Amino acid sequence: MRRLFLTLGIFILLGLAGFYVFTDPRVVSPAPEIGTLPPPDVENGKLLFAAGGCSSCHATPGQDDKLRLGGGLALPSPFGTFHAPNISPHTRDGIGNWGVKDFVDAMATGVSPSGQHYYPAFPYTSYRLMPPKALADLFAYIRTLPSVEGRAPGHDLPFPFNIRRAVGGWKLLFFDGTPFRPDPTKSEEWNRGAYLVQGPGHCAECHSNRNALGAIIPSTRFAGGPDPEGKGFVPNITQHADGLANWSKSEIAEMLKTGFTPSFDSVGGSMAPVVRNIAQLSDADRMAMAEFIKSLPAVAGPPRPKKAE
Amino acid sequence: MIRTVVVAAGLILGLSAVVAQSDPIAQRRDAMKAVGAATREGAAIAKGEAAFDSAKVQMIFKVYADAAKRLPALYPETAKSGGETTAGPKIWEDQGGFKTALAKFETEAVAGGAAAKDLDSFRSAFGAATKNCGSCHEVYRIKK
Repeated sequence: MRRLFLTLGIFILLGLAGFYVFTDPRVVSPAPEIGTLPPPDVENGKLLFAAGGCSSCHATPGQDDKLRLGGGLALPSPFGTFHAPNISPHTRDGIGNWGVKDFVDAMATGVSPSGQHYYPAFPYTSYRLMPPKALADLFAYIRTLPSVEGRAPGHDLPFPFNIRRAVGGWKLLFFDGTPFRPDPTKSEEWNRGAYLVQGPGHCAECHSNRNALGAIIPSTRFAGGPDPEGKGFVPNITQHADGLANWSKSEIAEMLKTGFTPSFDSVGGSMAPVVRNIAQLSDADRMAMAEFIKSLPAVAGPPRPKKAE
Repeated sequence: MIRTVVVAAGLILGLSAVVAQSDPIAQRRDAMKAVGAATREGAAIAKGEAAFDSAKVQMIFKVYADAAKRLPALYPETAKSGGETTAGPKIWEDQGGFKTALAKFETEAVAGGAAAKDLDSFRSAFGAATKNCGSCHEVYRIKK
């Protein structure tokens, strides 16, 4: 009997030790070359800021200036309510005293400068595809924006989701930290589109179904699913008949610019701000995104909920 | 015989009109579809795929203004769901804001009709009026 307890105790200790080791947020920075980067290209940073839709979550709600990144927007989810933090250059409340490496690590590995995991409500799962140079450009652009005072409220998450350390386990299971690798068999345009859609654009973060732990299910990536914010259903954007099979490349690019679908419906919900952001890109970039989207294999999405009668 | 057919046809027409009258979801869908069809024509002109045609342009803004006028009444408390609707709950939580948004669309549609004298003035008026589509859908419509 005593032996049994002892063995059990050892197992529990081993388990705790394993949890501690495997959820350690200390990172191998993806950016050893930070010190050797050329001066940042602020214009490229501005483009990535639009492509990434940063202001859609981080702009202070209830005012019109989308470049005041005071945070505070509530993001409901099945795990509780997240609040987008202040990412303005304010030195106390924002990211004003971050270094480039802090920013790159946050965006590419989801770890804060103080060594804590970020929740994947912040889509570093996609942003990680941006190379350190691009992230440094983006950081340089954000630093040109107005400094906004005030901290956003903390996340409102029930147990056990309030244990940040557990995000380390989630990352072990679901987080792929590899950067973007162009496919040399595809055109330059396709690769540009693949980068914009999957990296900064983070389209799959909404246009995919998620598992019980909130991770995107790879087999139905881009095939739509219930809105993670809890309102309605996000469309399938693969080449499935229920998706974008009947949309031409230029129709997709046009929708990303004007918000009008081929049948002249106007997209709504959180796609409206997405269009406002992507409209700031060049026609060539939108065509590249469309080129990549037209290449997505047809995948049936999860069944839509029955219409309420 | 002919008289019977005519009367029957008249009755059916009248009946379907009554059905449509009592189905605000179908009515607002029709209104939105009309706006979409007008926008298709307007976009073709703005992009230079169709010639600038003053009568057609006036029609487009009239369709917008008419829809904006009719829509506020087509979202009664009894038609929140059921049928095919992507109306968002915010419509009923914020009736004031919803009506203001539609009033703005109507004003800009009327002003657009008055301003659109040639292709350039049409382009800017059309651009301004159609901005209302996205800004209203962003708040008052759920994803589908």
